[in-house]
Amino acid sequence: MPNLLTLGGIDYVIIFIYFLFVIGIGWALKRYMSSSKAFLEAGRSLPAWVTGLAFISANLGALEVIGMSASGAQYGMATTHFYWIGAIPAMIFLGLFMMPFYYGSKARSVPEYLKLRFDEKTRGLNAIAFAVMTILASGISMYALAALMEKLLHWPFDASVLVSAGIVLAYTLLGGLSSAIYNEVLQFFIIVIGLFPLVFLSLKDAGGWTGMTETLNQVSTSNGFQTGAWTTMWSHTGTAAANPMGVEWFGIFMGLGFVLGFGYWCTNFLVVQRAMAANSMTAARKTPLIGAVPKILLPFLVIVPGMAAMALASKGTLSLEMMPNGSPNYNSVITSMLGHYYPSGILGLGLCALLASFMSGMAGNVSAFNTVWTYDLYQSYIKPNQSDKHYLNVGRLATIVGIILSIGAAYLAKQFGNIMDFLQMIFAMVNAPLFAIMFLGMFWKRTTGHGAFWGLLLGISCALIHHGLTIPMGADPSEIIKGGWISVIHTYPSSMAQNFWGAIIGWTSGTVCTLIITYLTKQQKSNEDLKGLVYSLTPRIIEKDDKWYNRPIVLACFVAALTLVLSIIFW
Amino acid sequence: MQLDIKIPIGLLFTIFGLILSVYGLITGSETAFYAKSLGYNVNLWTGVVMLLFGVFMLYLARKDAKALKSK
Repeated sequence: MPNLLTLGGIDYVIIFIYFLFVIGIGWALKRYMSSSKAFLEAGRSLPAWVTGLAFISANLGALEVIGMSASGAQYGMATTHFYWIGAIPAMIFLGLFMMPFYYGSKARSVPEYLKLRFDEKTRGLNAIAFAVMTILASGISMYALAALMEKLLHWPFDASVLVSAGIVLAYTLLGGLSSAIYNEVLQFFIIVIGLFPLVFLSLKDAGGWTGMTETLNQVSTSNGFQTGAWTTMWSHTGTAAANPMGVEWFGIFMGLGFVLGFGYWCTNFLVVQRAMAANSMTAARKTPLIGAVPKILLPFLVIVPGMAAMALASKGTLSLEMMPNGSPNYNSVITSMLGHYYPSGILGLGLCALLASFMSGMAGNVSAFNTVWTYDLYQSYIKPNQSDKHYLNVGRLATIVGIILSIGAAYLAKQFGNIMDFLQMIFAMVNAPLFAIMFLGMFWKRTTGHGAFWGLLLGISCALIHHGLTIPMGADPSEIIKGGWISVIHTYPSSMAQNFWGAIIGWTSGTVCTLIITYLTKQQKSNEDLKGLVYSLTPRIIEKDDKWYNRPIVLACFVAALTLVLSIIFW
Repeated sequence: MQLDIKIPIGLLFTIFGLILSVYGLITGSETAFYAKSLGYNVNLWTGVVMLLFGVFMLYLARKDAKALKSK
């Protein structure tokens, strides 16, 4: 079997130089790593544009690029919902309303915030779940990188795993969180420049936007939808059956926009950690808002090539890889297009963009893992009251252990692919109830620790039970990953609809349970304890030094207006 | 943090920009090589854009360093 991509000498040179730079950044930052705060929190010293780009880049892993271009082909413009409704409102909310509590409190992590606001057991539950989740996510990234390189270039699987793990270990161990963040910013620029020519060439080949729309209209009608189903966002969401995604507007709005979006962006320490590394309160609040600007534009970089690929495939210009069951393998859209349009030279750059984002997927998770492990598990339960030097060394050791565990997770993923998908989906469900208790905790001072803990636990259980009782249309109940492992009482039009509704149920049950238990239990914390942690007990921030255009609220209005205008254009 | 991130970004983009644009100039006459990219010399164009961006980043980094020194 020939290689799917053929690399020339120049491509290897480019990839090699990139790896040198990645490690070099860690090396250059090494001499600043003198305390646990510098290593695990980047010394809270970074400017807002750096943390803002890292915020968005930590989420822009290769799995995201591959997955979103795949969805672009499969569902069309509606995939943009994951950005404009699924991320932007939550990012605005985080910047304006939640960041003051994360950054302003003494908490160094999201679990630590839970401990300050609620109690020890809530923190413990969240810290352990988060630590396991980051290791799995890092391992899945590693597995995906090695599997892709094996398929495209016939690089041996074990060598890819070890080399990528070695590089990530080198730069996170040398430069800690700063190094991870700096590399995320570098990676952001490489992804943009590495993929932009692909957008241009594929659109050009598909006959421009108009040509692509015409072809996709034929794709819509031949799949039994009205014209425009592939090129609009909201027009065909009246009923779930009218669009290829199989979700109606309410599910998108509540499930994706509210519960999943807010659950991910407002509570996931992986991204929140980037904002907490900012050098001031204003910079921390601006982090998600600055990150929102590239986030709004990313669909044009990752979804549009997917849509163009679908159009080109239906015209016969581009051949999509087929799976054994005869349906197209949408996940290979982006790599097929790289091979189709990129000659040697820029091909190395495109591959760099993918490799870079795989590795930052690992580094981001490992740098969140070592912080939660050191502060929330080791310092809290294993050995409190040690010198800072001790915790710095524990942080370093946790980085090494985290990478070793990730390698283990990568081989688990290779062995039991379905189980890993299943676990990842379970962890996605954890965020919805977590957002429920975080929201109540921040804006209602009465919320008690018992209420939060049981709300979190019940929310997760309800989301799980929902998954066990429902199934997407056409799925086989014997595969537990698709759901229906208890018994099937409801069938959803698509797995996306199933996920959205699972999250809605997790959030609702978490909220109701927290409310009930809160009324049944006594608040253990005094108003003094909760100062800086709860909205009504925290003094308003007055920003007097900043020029008006530097204020978070102005930036937030700009971001909201831009999203709204684009949503109307692509309605 | 004392290391200005604009320096590594500027350096990497300048180096990549030089490599790609020189490679684009050398291979520019080979029409068959660029048939993949619809006849566009993508190496040259991407290289030039990267070079400009890299030099601009280095210029900004230098300006900031000077401003910091005079303070």
